[in-house]
Amino acid sequence: MTGHRLPRMLHPGAWWLWAAALAVAASRTTNPILLVAIVAITGYVVAARRPATPWSASYAMFLKVGLLAIVIRVALYALLGSQPGAHVIVRLPVLPLPSWMAGVRIGGPITLEGVLASSYDGLRLGVIFCCIGAANALTSPRRLLKSLPGALYEAGVAITVALAVAPQAVAAVGRLRTARRIRGRSDRGLRRIRGIAIPVLEGALERSVDLAAALDARGFGRRGATPAAVRRATAGLTLIGLLAMVASSYGLVERSAPSGLGVPLLVVGAALTAAGFALGARRGGRTRYRPDPWRWPEWLVAGTGLAAAVALCLGPASALAPSTSPLVAPGLPLLPALGLLLALLPAWVAPPLPRPRPIRPSRPAPAAQPSVVGVG
Amino acid sequence: MISFEDVTVTYPDAAWPALEHISFDVTEGELVLVIGPTGAGKSTLLKCVNGLVPHFTGGRLAGRVLVAGRDTRTSPPRELADVVGYVGQDPLAGFVTDVVEDELAYGMESLGIDPAVMRRRVEETLDLLGLFELRDRTLLSLSAGEQQRVAIGSVLAVHPAVLVLDEPTSALDPAAAEDVLAAMTRLVHDLGMTVLICEHRLERVVQYADRIALLGPEGIRTGPPADILRDSPVAPPIVDLGRLVGWSPLPLSIRDARRAAAPLRETLERHVGAPLSRTATEPVARAHGLVTSYDGVPVLRAIDLDLHPGEVLAVMGRNGAGKSTLLATMAGIRRPAAGSVTVSGRVGLVPQEPADLLWAQSVDAECADADRDAGSSAGTTRALLDDLAPGVEGGQHPRDLSEGQRLALVLAVVLAAEPAVLALDEPTRGLDYATKRRLIAILRRLAGSGHAVVVATHDVELVAEVADRMVVLADGEIVSDGPAREVAVASPVFAPQVSKVLAPLPLLTIGDVQLAMAAAQ
Repeated sequence: MTGHRLPRMLHPGAWWLWAAALAVAASRTTNPILLVAIVAITGYVVAARRPATPWSASYAMFLKVGLLAIVIRVALYALLGSQPGAHVIVRLPVLPLPSWMAGVRIGGPITLEGVLASSYDGLRLGVIFCCIGAANALTSPRRLLKSLPGALYEAGVAITVALAVAPQAVAAVGRLRTARRIRGRSDRGLRRIRGIAIPVLEGALERSVDLAAALDARGFGRRGATPAAVRRATAGLTLIGLLAMVASSYGLVERSAPSGLGVPLLVVGAALTAAGFALGARRGGRTRYRPDPWRWPEWLVAGTGLAAAVALCLGPASALAPSTSPLVAPGLPLLPALGLLLALLPAWVAPPLPRPRPIRPSRPAPAAQPSVVGVG
Repeated sequence: MISFEDVTVTYPDAAWPALEHISFDVTEGELVLVIGPTGAGKSTLLKCVNGLVPHFTGGRLAGRVLVAGRDTRTSPPRELADVVGYVGQDPLAGFVTDVVEDELAYGMESLGIDPAVMRRRVEETLDLLGLFELRDRTLLSLSAGEQQRVAIGSVLAVHPAVLVLDEPTSALDPAAAEDVLAAMTRLVHDLGMTVLICEHRLERVVQYADRIALLGPEGIRTGPPADILRDSPVAPPIVDLGRLVGWSPLPLSIRDARRAAAPLRETLERHVGAPLSRTATEPVARAHGLVTSYDGVPVLRAIDLDLHPGEVLAVMGRNGAGKSTLLATMAGIRRPAAGSVTVSGRVGLVPQEPADLLWAQSVDAECADADRDAGSSAGTTRALLDDLAPGVEGGQHPRDLSEGQRLALVLAVVLAAEPAVLALDEPTRGLDYATKRRLIAILRRLAGSGHAVVVATHDVELVAEVADRMVVLADGEIVSDGPAREVAVASPVFAPQVSKVLAPLPLLTIGDVQLAMAAAQ
């Protein structure tokens, strides 16, 4: 551990682990006090450690989506749900429905209990959105792709290429609109859409052929010294492991799922994936330029997230899911609250952000300067 | 290092081979310049070296190409990536990542170069090509010249034994081109890198070449530059001057030519005609206090500019000085942040990528669309096209036309709207000398018929041939404005070759010299 910390970007994996742990924590409770605490924590950390990239604005967007989730959840429940409890707020007229739709009810009384239960539920969903938004704002998905293990390299390139298509298509549309203005073209409707869509698609196709040529000329997909059996084993282990982990997430979130589907499957899946990655890392042929290091701040950030999640899950069930029928004021369980406070630490633990370099156009270095290219 | 053994390349569905019975060798550490008229197969030849032909383009390759002892028939481009660095014509099309630094590292990552070495080489390449301050920038936000430098840097970083460059300086301003070429010659001298380069702007590269390979309909001819250029159909102005005056050996650099030209300067001194003075006319377009900005950063700062009918104005300046922005603002495509543009009539703009203006499936459909857009009678555009470039087949897809034909089609489309002002952004990129001469004749004629013509360009030879007046932009401001003759002769960067050889005489082109010589006799 060094005395002073140099500004750098934290490993994207650490932020994603931290955010994912908070999202899991949020999914385990409907206690609004704890949920609001999680939103406050993500908001504070994002404000403290958000880099100045286009991605970093995404937190506010996810926050709005979360609010929308609450509104929709409450509205649907009020209209369609069966209302428990006796505290009626308002009585809506009941929509008469044909007899074959018996059991479905639209309108009727809306109770305080119902509104509270649905808003707790909506809040939980909104907070999960918030956690994803925080991860997006703190580190761009592109950086995460760069840090993918060697076993996932080809998939990573495919996603990177796909991500690059969008800004290029936007640029192409811009150029075409300029061209249309130059030519004074003013058709509307279908002709206009055709006039823009076809050249953009043509351009995208040409661009992908060019890109394939460029990738080939730059050595993408060179035959390494890896035997085919090892390559196949890597792919097989990774794929099965990831599938197992996806399946286990269902078991973790849904309490009614068979108990074997949760934690045990997660452990097996993680083990298989790790084995696949380890095998993939051994195959030669590629190296990585300036990989993001994983040092103690990364361990701390990921660790505080996990600790918060574990502490929250250990809280008493009555406090994690406060009853709405009968109405009970939600309490503040001590252990989960203290645990969540841990997740606030990354705001100080994560290294400070590097300041952006001043942007100004440059000229090439003067030709008279001595040669700096050595035969490496 | 590279050897072509009786190579014939035939693309699928092609009537005749793109290359026929080509045999030549390039030895280690040589810089070979490939020249030839458009369509002679220069790009095909270059793509053969790293195996893109035929592995990627398809087609049939007879004979064989050996690079560093490897046969390209059995080694696809990816297996040759450690020996051959290839930079294509369009740098943007060759980019794989989206940030400068990652792009420089990509090739080395694929080759499995040790991370410590990789880190050092990226830093070296950043310095070598002057990219240090751009390292975090996205590739799409760079200017054309910066992109070209990144593209070259990204293959240089791998330290290939062979560097193949297809028109590396076409998009660059004169100063940036010199820098790139100087960096390249240093690589040749210091590292013994073998370079194969193809460039239309011979005046920029001829002096660096050890040997020239001339591709023509009758096959390939290689030899020392002075021998090949003596009767080559494509030649830079300095060689034309040498041929005209009958110098032997043919000088290829300004220095050599200036030494040979001392007697000529003396003879011509007394016979240089006084420059024509223009009669004052009412301006057809006028910009006043023009300010344009991108994202709050001003690109043009209070520009005042008049355009007169019958005048050809050249706008020069380094990459990113605001030339394209000035043209787009004059044409009403960009809104000025302050100031005004008044035009009596329309401004027709030919953008940097002329093909952007073409989106129909055939030449005929394109012409019909242009007639409808402009509201002119049917057949107007076709008639203009036949006038500019006779013999373009109506059924062809615009994409399949040659560079020159495509430019003529775009010009016809723009002229169909009967603009009073014609603005062209970098029109000579990728044009060979013959096509450029046609363009010059067209522009002169348009000016003669009362159009005002504005050309934004890096091509000093084009300016010398066609421009009456020249404006130099720097940092969004006009730093010089005057008759092209005076401005060009006064500036070492923007002077054409003939003027550099004959300075201080105000002669810019071979035509000027011919006139003066005729007067002297």
